[in-house]
Amino acid sequence: MGDTEKAIYSKTTISHRKDLKRSNRLGEFLIEKTIFLIGTTAIIILGLIFYYLVSTGLNVFATVSVSEFFASIGWFPVSSNPKYGTVPLVVGSLMVTMGAILISVPIGIGSAIYISEVAPQKVRTVLKVIIEFLSAVPSVVLGFLGIVVLSNWVRITFSIPTGFTAFTGAILVSLMALPTIISISDDAIAAVPKDYRDASLALGATKWETIRYVLVPAASPGIIAAVMLGVGRAIGETMAVLMVTGNAAQIPDTMFTSVRTMTATIAAEMGDTVRNDTHYFALFAIGSMLLFMTTVINTIADYVVTRGKKGGR
Amino acid sequence: MLKVTISDLNLYYEEFHALKNISLDIEDKEVTALIGPSGCGKSTFLRTINRMNDLIDDVKIEGLVMLEDQDIYNKDVDVAALRRRVGMVFQKPNPFLKSIYENVAYGPRRYGIKAKNQLDEIVERSLKKAAIWEEVEDRLNKPALSLSGGQQQRLCIARALAMEPEVLLMDEPTASLDPIATGRIEELISQLKKDYAIIIVTHSMQQAARISDKTAFFLMGEIVETGKTKEVFTTPKDKRTEDYITGRFG
Ligand SMILES: Nc1ncnc2c1ncn2[C@@H]1O[C@H](COP(=O)(O)OP(=O)(O)OP(=O)(O)O)[C@@H](O)[C@H]1O
Ligand SMILES: [Mg+2]
Repeated sequence: MGDTEKAIYSKTTISHRKDLKRSNRLGEFLIEKTIFLIGTTAIIILGLIFYYLVSTGLNVFATVSVSEFFASIGWFPVSSNPKYGTVPLVVGSLMVTMGAILISVPIGIGSAIYISEVAPQKVRTVLKVIIEFLSAVPSVVLGFLGIVVLSNWVRITFSIPTGFTAFTGAILVSLMALPTIISISDDAIAAVPKDYRDASLALGATKWETIRYVLVPAASPGIIAAVMLGVGRAIGETMAVLMVTGNAAQIPDTMFTSVRTMTATIAAEMGDTVRNDTHYFALFAIGSMLLFMTTVINTIADYVVTRGKKGGR
Repeated sequence: MLKVTISDLNLYYEEFHALKNISLDIEDKEVTALIGPSGCGKSTFLRTINRMNDLIDDVKIEGLVMLEDQDIYNKDVDVAALRRRVGMVFQKPNPFLKSIYENVAYGPRRYGIKAKNQLDEIVERSLKKAAIWEEVEDRLNKPALSLSGGQQQRLCIARALAMEPEVLLMDEPTASLDPIATGRIEELISQLKKDYAIIIVTHSMQQAARISDKTAFFLMGEIVETGKTKEVFTTPKDKRTEDYITGRFG
């Protein structure tokens, strides 16, 4: 051992306790309890919201039959003979959401692949900034653009009487879901180890084959999470949809008719209700249904993602 | 027979001159070992032979690399076709997140082989050649990542062999393996040499001495000495080679 090394060793010594007994450290204890308290508070608050929503919503069944609420097709809460059938609203929500998924998923994944694998460095940087920007546009602003630009375009392009349709809503919602889908998928693809890429290319696969058969499958848990998060946003989206879908609570026969979504119904009608009347309760019941639907979707997504992480195929 | 001929090869990573005037002949059905201290350019050199350096931005390559009678850096060379003829095994085992079967079938599938019985045959043959068939025979559909490190490396060798390359590039294939797995892979290399031209990078002098026919000693981007392994190890011509081999260096 050289002299310098000796000097270092003698200066910095760590004295070990010989008994190895656990010491009760107060600080550690407090931190642990505080975190526990914060965590449980969040869960309790969520539980209370859930309870309030559902228990208030259930009151609707005092005056409206279960079959009318879930299975009849008329939603006329303010007529003299009020009807509370939520089917058109559910169908409206599903159409806008499905439409948005069909539009945003292929475009989103395609853009993510382009950004992470194809685009030159400079283009990539510019695109990332644009996407950040798009995700920061408030939905009211998008809704406004939807009214003045998009709905006209839809009306003229498809020569239909009104531009306020499920399709218009779907385009708008997909615009809102896209930044999430693109940026999270991009991260997922970029996180695939370079080793896989090299292995595939070294076997004589082309760049495109490498993307298709190695990168996308390896990134698929992240891509699925991205889609779910994007879609989650799409389902919960209220304002923009309220502004452009035409707000007709009817069962649409095509994507090009006006619809009304569940969220839009709550937002549009809550102000007109009297506290604790049937209409008021009905809107809470719709809220509970939405909560239930998103919970189911998130659970499925969670399952898919964790299974994908473990999976070996 | 000469399989690969490299003449006056220069490679730059941006401004950094990583390979300097490299000339080397690779014989068919022989093992050529590349030795030299870390960072001297062995991996870089290996990657010029299957053009994997093309993937790195700002690389400039000058000189001639011939596979038999073809200039592989010619403009109209199909890089994918080249890489099918020049297979590569990486330092770190890198199986895909797919089953054992699908890992081996990956190359042939991309090549266009679809028939199940043909793929089955290729998978079995390649796994046998890589001396891992007995260990995985009854779990071909299990994830490749469930194998041990040494098994994964042999799987990666099988995956490369499935394309029936003519040249096999191996970048420290036993670096992360224990002596037993290393022994198996060395044995394997001696077997494979009957059919392929093999170029192997190694940090183990003993390994180079055991398995290679020719040795090239790299130092700071240059080839200092090259020749029959026996001669390089017993009567090195250059003082630096001698210092490196005897461990007084790097
Ligand atoms: N992508 C790259 N960009 C810039 N420089 C690089 C790149 N890859 C390697 N280099 C440099 O080129 C030189 C040779 O690297 P290389 O990986 O070929 O060394 P090596 O001989 O394989 O070393 P080791 O034995 O540690 O694997 C090193 O100085 C390294 O820093
Ligand atoms: Mg290396």
